[in-house]
Amino acid sequence: MTTARDPEDLLQRARSGERRALGQLLTVVERGGAAADELTRLAHPLFNGAQIVGVTGAPGAGKSTLTGKLTRLAVINGDRPAVLAVDPSSPITGGAILGDRVRMNDVAGEELFIRSMATRGHSGGLALAVPGAIRVFDACEYDPIIIETVGVGQVEVDVAGTADTTVVVVTPGWGDAVQANKAGLLEVADVFVVNKSDRPGADDARRDLEMMLDLSHVTGQEDASGYRPPIIMANSLDGTGADEVWKAIALHRAHLESTGQLAVRRRGRLAAEVRNRLAELVDVSIDELMESSDSRALLESTNQKETSPAHAARQLLDRLFG
Amino acid sequence: MADEQIRVVLAKLGLDGHDRGIKIVARTLRDAGMEVIYLGLRQTTKSIVAAVEEEDADAVGLSMHNAGHLTLAPAMVQALADADLDVPVIVGGIVPNVDMSELDGAGVAAVLGPGASAEEVVKAVADAVAAKRTQ
Repeated sequence: MTTARDPEDLLQRARSGERRALGQLLTVVERGGAAADELTRLAHPLFNGAQIVGVTGAPGAGKSTLTGKLTRLAVINGDRPAVLAVDPSSPITGGAILGDRVRMNDVAGEELFIRSMATRGHSGGLALAVPGAIRVFDACEYDPIIIETVGVGQVEVDVAGTADTTVVVVTPGWGDAVQANKAGLLEVADVFVVNKSDRPGADDARRDLEMMLDLSHVTGQEDASGYRPPIIMANSLDGTGADEVWKAIALHRAHLESTGQLAVRRRGRLAAEVRNRLAELVDVSIDELMESSDSRALLESTNQKETSPAHAARQLLDRLFG
Repeated sequence: MADEQIRVVLAKLGLDGHDRGIKIVARTLRDAGMEVIYLGLRQTTKSIVAAVEEEDADAVGLSMHNAGHLTLAPAMVQALADADLDVPVIVGGIVPNVDMSELDGAGVAAVLGPGASAEEVVKAVADAVAAKRTQ
C-alpha cells in the first residue's frame, strides 16, 4: 500500500484516469483533517458541474438494484457515472457491511466507478464526506454522480435532499395515504419510483402518492414553477421502468436549468457544506473547552446545584466566542 | 481512529454458490469494527481488483468451497500483484491440510478452515493488514 498520500499527486493521477488514485483520494475525504481540507482547496476550482442524483428510500426498497440499472443506461448513453453508496456503521462497534456493490454486479466496467461509504457515526461526518466525495468525482469528470442513501435519519435525508435531483424509491405496502402526508423523505422527492411494481398493492401505492401530490397543489406547497414529481412504476429485477426513471431525471434536470433552480440548488449545497464544516470546527472547540479547568469547575458547580445547566452553557458560550 | 479503520473486500471467486460462511464472516468482521465491502457470489479476479481499487481496501477475503482454491487463490494473488496492489489475500472455507503449504507459497496471507473461531478470523485479517501497513 502506498503510504505517501499527497492530495495533489493523487488528484493529478486520478484526473488522468488512475482509478486506484481516485480510490485513495476518497479515503482522504473520508478521513477528514488537514489532507482533506487541502484536497478541497485543490478540487473546488475544478468544478465541472456534473449532475448529482440522490437515490433514497427504505432498506430493501431496491435502491441499489435500480441504481445499477441507471448506471448501465448512463454507460450506454456514453456517460461516465459514479456511485457513492452509503450504508450505516454500527453505532456500537463502528463496523459496517457495505453491501450495495453486490446489487450492481452486472454493470462493472471501465466507465463506472462505485465507492461504498460507511456513515462512521462521528457527528456530521457523513455531511462532510459526501460533498467532498462529490467534488472529487466531479473533478475527475464523472457525470452523473449518484448518491445512494438509506432514507432514515436527518443527515441521510439532507444528503439526498441536496442533490440536483432526488429519486425516492417506495414499494407496495410501504404505507398508506397518512404515511404519504407525514413530513419527511417524500417532501424532498423530485422523482418517485414505485419499485417491485409487480407485487400486490403497487397501484394503491401510486394512488396514495398521487393524492399526496394533489394535496400539495391544494395547499400551495408544490413547486412554484408548477413542477410535479412524476411517479414511475418500476421493477428493478427485470429492469422495467429504469429507462423511464432515467428520462424523468433528465427532464427534471432540464427543468432545473430552464428555471434557474440549478444554480439555486448548487448555492444551497455549498452554503450547507460551509455550515456543516463550521459546525464541525465549533464542535472540536466545544470538546476542548469542556476539558478545560474552567468548565470542570462550572460542571462541579452545577453538580452542587449552585449553577443551572442552562446558565453554565451560557457562560461557556461567552468563553467560546468572547 | 478512523485512520485505522480496516476495509475488507469479501467475495466468492468463480462458480461457487456456498455463501453461508462468507455471510457469517462478514458479520464477524463487522462486529470487530471493520468495514466489509461485500461482493457476494460469482466474482472474477478482475471484478475483485476493480473493487479493491475503487474501495481502497486493505484486504481481500475469499470464501472457497468448490475445491478450486489451488487455482483461484494464487490467481487472485497474481491479479492483485499485476495491478500493483499490495493487498493481502485471506482464504476461508474448505481447504485440505495438504494444500496449505502450496497456498502459503503462492502468497496467500492466511487460510481459515471450518473450525476457525470468530477471534481467529478477525485476528487473521487484522494481522495480515498490520503486516502490510508496517512494511
